[in-house]
Amino acid sequence: MKVAEAPPSTERRVDPVILRVDNVYKHFPVGGLGGGAVRAVDGVSFEIRRGETLGLVGESGSGKSTLGRVITALHPASGGHVFFEGKDVTKLRGGKLRQIRRQLQIIFQDPFASLDPRMTVGEIIAEPLDNYGLARGRQRQLRIQELLRVVGLNPNFTNRYPHEFSGGQRQRIGIAKALALNPSLIVCDEPVSALDVSIQAQIINLLQDLQREFNLTYLFIAHDLAVVRHISNRIAVMYLGKIVEIADRLDIYDRPQHPYTSALLSSIPVPDPRREANREPIPLKGEIPSPVNPPSGCRFHTRCPIARVPGVCSEIEPPLVAHGRPGQVAACHFAGELSARSATEAGLPSA
Amino acid sequence: MAAPLLRVEDLRTQFFTSRGIVHAVDGISFNVNRGETVGIVGESGSGKTMTAFSILRLVPDPGRIVSGRILFKDQDVVQMNDDDVREFRGNDVAMIFQDPMTSLNPVTKVGTQIDEAMTAHERFSKKEAQARIIPLLQQVRIPEAARRAQDYPHQFSGGMRQRAMIAMGLSNEPELLIADEPTTALDVTVQAQIIQLLKQLNRDVGAAIILITHNMALVASLCQRIIVMYAGRIVEEGPVEQIFDSPQHPYTWSLLRSVPRVDVARAERLVSIKGLPPDLVRLPPGCKFHPRCRFKIEKCEREEPPLEEVAPNQVARCWVMMRNVAQEQREETKAGEVSREAATELKQAGSG
Repeated sequence: MKVAEAPPSTERRVDPVILRVDNVYKHFPVGGLGGGAVRAVDGVSFEIRRGETLGLVGESGSGKSTLGRVITALHPASGGHVFFEGKDVTKLRGGKLRQIRRQLQIIFQDPFASLDPRMTVGEIIAEPLDNYGLARGRQRQLRIQELLRVVGLNPNFTNRYPHEFSGGQRQRIGIAKALALNPSLIVCDEPVSALDVSIQAQIINLLQDLQREFNLTYLFIAHDLAVVRHISNRIAVMYLGKIVEIADRLDIYDRPQHPYTSALLSSIPVPDPRREANREPIPLKGEIPSPVNPPSGCRFHTRCPIARVPGVCSEIEPPLVAHGRPGQVAACHFAGELSARSATEAGLPSA
Repeated sequence: MAAPLLRVEDLRTQFFTSRGIVHAVDGISFNVNRGETVGIVGESGSGKTMTAFSILRLVPDPGRIVSGRILFKDQDVVQMNDDDVREFRGNDVAMIFQDPMTSLNPVTKVGTQIDEAMTAHERFSKKEAQARIIPLLQQVRIPEAARRAQDYPHQFSGGMRQRAMIAMGLSNEPELLIADEPTTALDVTVQAQIIQLLKQLNRDVGAAIILITHNMALVASLCQRIIVMYAGRIVEEGPVEQIFDSPQHPYTWSLLRSVPRVDVARAERLVSIKGLPPDLVRLPPGCKFHPRCRFKIEKCEREEPPLEEVAPNQVARCWVMMRNVAQEQREETKAGEVSREAATELKQAGSG
């Protein structure tokens, strides 16, 4: 029996695509004579519809944060296209790029490092407004107060400095700043992972309220799959610079198609002692390989519990194609195999 | 029943700062039995880490243990002289910290550091210690242990460093292992390996474990008993299954509902705990949680509740107790949300 849960995605399917990421690459040269590069993002494609939240999960080194920065034009792409409302962000320069950037904002993980300690809260929040010459004098002041109110802070805090605030309050300041220009898409890069648990819930609820109120689209980047499952409509899983699976948030947990997704899900402890007594994580071999020299064929084959090596897995890179439920895609030659096995063996939630 | 391995009695640890006295640990008592796994849960400022530092007599300046007893096999750690404390730390107890890089010496080979941990405490002869290094690394599943013992910490990945720390902690066969957020800095697949390792050590070696964490799921995974701390106090304690089934303190109840779960699809809003943890210099009167509590009554603002037995082996510090809170009172749904959910339900009913 499936839990009666409102599937947020069904009514959104009709919404227009707001962001289309098309075969994006981001390589960082490592220098030296070899001329090698860290292939942080290595050919990634997906779409986000207006008003939707796409969760992007992966472990450290998967390239998820780099991808967020390429999308918001903070890093230039090494290849591929990022279409935002039909315009290719990677091709825009100067004034046109500035105009697009108004629509694309980012919230960072560390609310301690991302706010300038020498600026008042008012100055921090108004900085984007000043950059674009959007509000002056009394109008500017009113807008700052409105933004503070929207994120649940006292509007009289304008003249205070970041150090006077707690972590959760600083994250609210970061969110107010991101909202200043009325963006349509916000990249949330680990927005709650630096916060205490009781504060995380406040910020997650705030992000959901704001999304409803301003019809925002989120790319929600996090390593915490439980948080991602809670907030997202669809979820993309990254491994070593590539997306290995995308699916509706319910399908990805009920019927993971890629063995990496299955392993990731089985690794997460749940706050339920009885379930924990039966949970057996699917062990992954070894360590995450270097993104300078990713493995041949499927990048996951060196750690995969079901890989055929030597064989198709170490020789041919699997494409990201439809597997499982409608709208679900996975890059695996043996998609669904582990999922079917683990559901019976490890007592994973299955429908 | 055998005497507990560790008995903490009315422990108070305070920091003397220019702002005033910080009441980091404010009169806590608990036991840990031999071979038992106990989780101490709380947020930053709850006193969970300072409890661990107090047990090891590692409280940094300007803090100190001002009163109470810490009895390890009936010896009071608080009263020990420096030599005895050093013996106690290396031989009887080991601690694993959140960030293994800051606890390993970056210019000494990993194998040498494990060797030093053993020879410093003279439990093993030089020769015995040498012979133990590689089996220890193998025990924590470091591949190619003989070669890896020659590596420096920076040549290890984060998960391997944490495993090396655990190997070092185990080198003197301690009876108590204190792990302070041992997996917070690690990826989930590595976290799973470390938790498996701790479980296995508890089972095979019989070491008691105190796991200090903010993550309720880790406690559910590893521990038999849970202690919930808030503002330097124990607010609830009991067997893990009992506390997860029927938490009695509103803070425990909220903590369990404030985190999204990966295994259960939840439609409702997360329970958020309003406000911030209290200032440990100026603690509120009455129950320390009352300014954030949704279920408080007038008495909570005046009088601090005692730890009261609510079920066999379960105690909670609350005037209200969750068993007395009606279901409808627990709901936090906003008016607007109800209509939205109703609308979605109607749509589902129509399409299904």
